[in-house]
Amino acid sequence: MEMHELTCIQCPMGCPLTVSVDGDKVTVSGNTCPRGEVYGKKEITAPTRTVTSTVAVEGGELPRVSVKTATDIPKDKIFAVMDAIRAAKVKAPVLIGDVLIKNAAGSGVDVIATKTVEKA
Amino acid sequence: MEYHDIVIIGGGPAGLSAAVAAHDAGVRDILILERDDHLGGILNQCIHNGFGLHTFQEELTGPEYADRYIRQIAERHIPYKLCTIVSDISAEREVLYINSEEGAVRLKAGAVVLAMGCRERPRGALALPGFRPAGVFTAGTAQRLVNIEGYMVGKEVVILGSGDIGLIMARRMTLEGAKVKVVAELMPYSGGLKRNIVQCLEDYGIPLRLRHTVTKIHGKARVEGVTIAEVGDDRKPIPGTEEFYSCDTLLLSCGLLPENELSKQAGVRLDSVTGGPSVDDRLETSVPGVFACGNVLHVHDLVDYVSEEAARAGEQAAAYVQTGERKQTAAAALEGKGGVRYTVPQTLHIADMADRVTVRFRVADVYRDKQLVVYYDGREVRRIKKRILAPGEMEELVLMKSSFADWPDVQTITIALEDQHGDA
Repeated sequence: MEMHELTCIQCPMGCPLTVSVDGDKVTVSGNTCPRGEVYGKKEITAPTRTVTSTVAVEGGELPRVSVKTATDIPKDKIFAVMDAIRAAKVKAPVLIGDVLIKNAAGSGVDVIATKTVEKA
Repeated sequence: MEYHDIVIIGGGPAGLSAAVAAHDAGVRDILILERDDHLGGILNQCIHNGFGLHTFQEELTGPEYADRYIRQIAERHIPYKLCTIVSDISAEREVLYINSEEGAVRLKAGAVVLAMGCRERPRGALALPGFRPAGVFTAGTAQRLVNIEGYMVGKEVVILGSGDIGLIMARRMTLEGAKVKVVAELMPYSGGLKRNIVQCLEDYGIPLRLRHTVTKIHGKARVEGVTIAEVGDDRKPIPGTEEFYSCDTLLLSCGLLPENELSKQAGVRLDSVTGGPSVDDRLETSVPGVFACGNVLHVHDLVDYVSEEAARAGEQAAAYVQTGERKQTAAAALEGKGGVRYTVPQTLHIADMADRVTVRFRVADVYRDKQLVVYYDGREVRRIKKRILAPGEMEELVLMKSSFADWPDVQTITIALEDQHGDA
């Protein structure tokens, strides 16, 4: 059996959770509400995060455009997606919501612009 | 002299929300004055997500949140001036602004909304020994350089202070390939949100050392390292606990200060705890027709609350323009006790208050299993259980007009933190 210690972030309480994994069976203790159980299970079995960063813009009013993954991605893909973001370069104008990188690092998730950058 | 019904100082989240609300309340002659070259204020550099859960029921990044409001400004054709700095406001609501096209212009405002935001506490205010090498930045300055200008500020980073911007920048620098060695926090708790501790530090294995501070900055031309020491209960470094961390960058996330130079020039009375104007339940300052909202009023934890508060300030500024000065009724004073550091608003006009008035406050320490008790002139009227309160999270309490039905002449409303009954 595997034990994990983590802090719940569903509310300011910050309950210290203990998640035990025994084969397919995942149990959470230390939570004081049902949200803690859901959070604890997901964090241990399939943790995800939204990645935000910036992509270089050519010919824009600003040198960078802010971006995010369109949905959250598996936590272990964060640095692979960051590599794709760092390698990318786009031409102005960029509109908020534009897809800048399709299927970033094979995550199945697109990287999209979170602001508009007009031509210089 | 040029005249506008409502002049809003600052085009960040507070100013934008105030403008939209004032417009929707029926005022058409509004002008926003913004010193930066874009609307949106600090949201433009806050490229991380977590904004808007309350306002839009979805998780947005800072620029996306700003965009929602900028669109509302555009739809309503509300005028604004960019690259325009206000250098004076008088008690008669004369506003002096300066930009490179018009020079210095004085205009008269029917009502003024103060929405200038806040500033970071700089190195000079922290008394950190050492030379003045390159490589020392406030976290927000670094955030702007990295996220807007596209400059990495360093490769090996130590962060002093665990405010939210510092935590966010710990993750940001790590994602961009820097090594963040440690976050040192003077206090026994972090001033930042829990989710930021987990998602910005724990996710990347960045240690948070509570009760620690920087006692020396090494390096003359560029930062070469810092000495970090543990502090005692008096928050003074404990001799013998010093440790050297080599680094080329020190980021400071040591608190935010409401930016009230203009408020002072207008004669607005400030609250010594918040550093912002003292306001009544209409968010009106001590100068009639001058309203305040957002981080210039008190530092908020979430932008959603800034937007909501600023909308109220915008509505009240509109009412002031439409119906004139509020007739002077007696005001009850709000006071915090037992760890409630301050309240906003600071006064309440019971006779003509809204049905519901939201009071916001912060507490002085981390408290568990306490009760929030409300007294009207010493008589207990409400008792609310609180499982946890923390300095990093803003608290709120709604005062109902109906609760004053039997006591219209209350002079002091006390909000106190007390131990639970039976524990004392």
